Amino acid sequence: MSSVETRLATKPADYKSDVTPIWCPGCGDYHVLMSFTRAFAQLGLPPEQIVVVSGIGCSSRIPAYTNCYGFHGVHGRSLALAAGLKVTRPDLTVVVASGDGDGYSIGGNHFLHACRRNVDMTYVVMDNRVYGMTKGQPSPTTEPDFDTALSPGGTGLSPFHPLVIALASGANFVARAFSGEPNETAGILVEAIRHPGLSFVEILSPCVTFRPDEREWKSLVHSAPVTATGDPAKAARRIMTDDGFNIGILYRGARRPYQPRMGDQSIDLADLEKDFEL
Amino acid sequence: MSKTPSERPITSITDLLALAYQIEADAVQRYTELAEQMETHNNQELVTVFRDLAKAEGIHAEEIRKMAGDIDLAAQAQRLARWKKGGSPEEADLGAAHYLMTPWHALQLALTGEKQALAFFTSILDSANDAKIKERAAEFVEEEAEHVNLVHRLLRKYPKPSDAWAEDDDPPAPQG
Repeated sequence: MSSVETRLATKPADYKSDVTPIWCPGCGDYHVLMSFTRAFAQLGLPPEQIVVVSGIGCSSRIPAYTNCYGFHGVHGRSLALAAGLKVTRPDLTVVVASGDGDGYSIGGNHFLHACRRNVDMTYVVMDNRVYGMTKGQPSPTTEPDFDTALSPGGTGLSPFHPLVIALASGANFVARAFSGEPNETAGILVEAIRHPGLSFVEILSPCVTFRPDEREWKSLVHSAPVTATGDPAKAARRIMTDDGFNIGILYRGARRPYQPRMGDQSIDLADLEKDFEL
Repeated sequence: MSKTPSERPITSITDLLALAYQIEADAVQRYTELAEQMETHNNQELVTVFRDLAKAEGIHAEEIRKMAGDIDLAAQAQRLARWKKGGSPEEADLGAAHYLMTPWHALQLALTGEKQALAFFTSILDSANDAKIKERAAEFVEEEAEHVNLVHRLLRKYPKPSDAWAEDDDPPAPQG
């Protein structure tokens, strides 16, 4: 590719940056960061061959804490940016990090179409069912009776069902993980990154500050009792009827990833501008 | 979901030393991370406690590294250590951290880690067929048992805090 020397990275610590995370002590995102670095080490990818793209929110701080290339982008727009990057640089491994507010609300429409396009990248949503960074407002996955100052008595709204929506929209790999099991989560991330097309991994990641009740998730999660299916209808039925704490790879599809032909790479900016001349 | 030992059976002294080294190194990393979290959240007493715990585990790691001579234990452990679930035995649970936690809480994390390490080496002692592995595993069992006792002794200095330990006069208030 170039004269840049490939760095050998074999240990999870090789993928961590010098920036100290500032999440709240007890936050699930610390474990997610650990899972990222362990997954990258298992894959043996050089840090400069990985790009971690994010939007806005607590979860979206993660690119700064890795030693890979990173882009901390605009709220909800990480998938659009990552898709553009991947189609122009298919040689790179692209991992997108988001949260339930950033990914399902502000970036909800991008979520649908990223699944539909099926670009070969991995979309990780750290779901804590609350807007943590802006201090506890309900998100699309918040339970209807979660009582907040903004929504006294709860929103009364049914939560969004991201895994089923991902399936219905065409995601090629769907999994649910729990932050408190970083090795198991790293294993799921390895599979997600290896699987062609859009891989969607929802990681249940407790917000211990605004949802202290989520510390109990540790005792609620359990391994999925069945192996992943390649039938989206079967996967959707299973996910719709599970208890929301079923951990594992739930769907592996066989759709061909979207990768447009990039044509002549030697076109310069002046050539492009000609097409827009009035 | 509980912590489970390595998937692969231990077949040599080098493997045993490598895993023992990795367990201590993982503990150093985790305590250092907790110290950094406490530093960020200005819980200075806990910064000291976690740094001391990291230092103690680092000394153990270094002792094990010396036992192995020229062998690169970290590289060997990288090849071996595959914990199915949970972390390696002495890794403190980051999910149990709290910005107002006290030395008692930190020592509870340490106690859990030491007990898990004791159980890990006891399982090796019980299952190993090789006399040399058994002998070395017995030494580790003895050492970890002493660490459990040490944490119990330290806990006498730090009694359990009142139930109000997490009360904050200026808590992170949810906004509407």
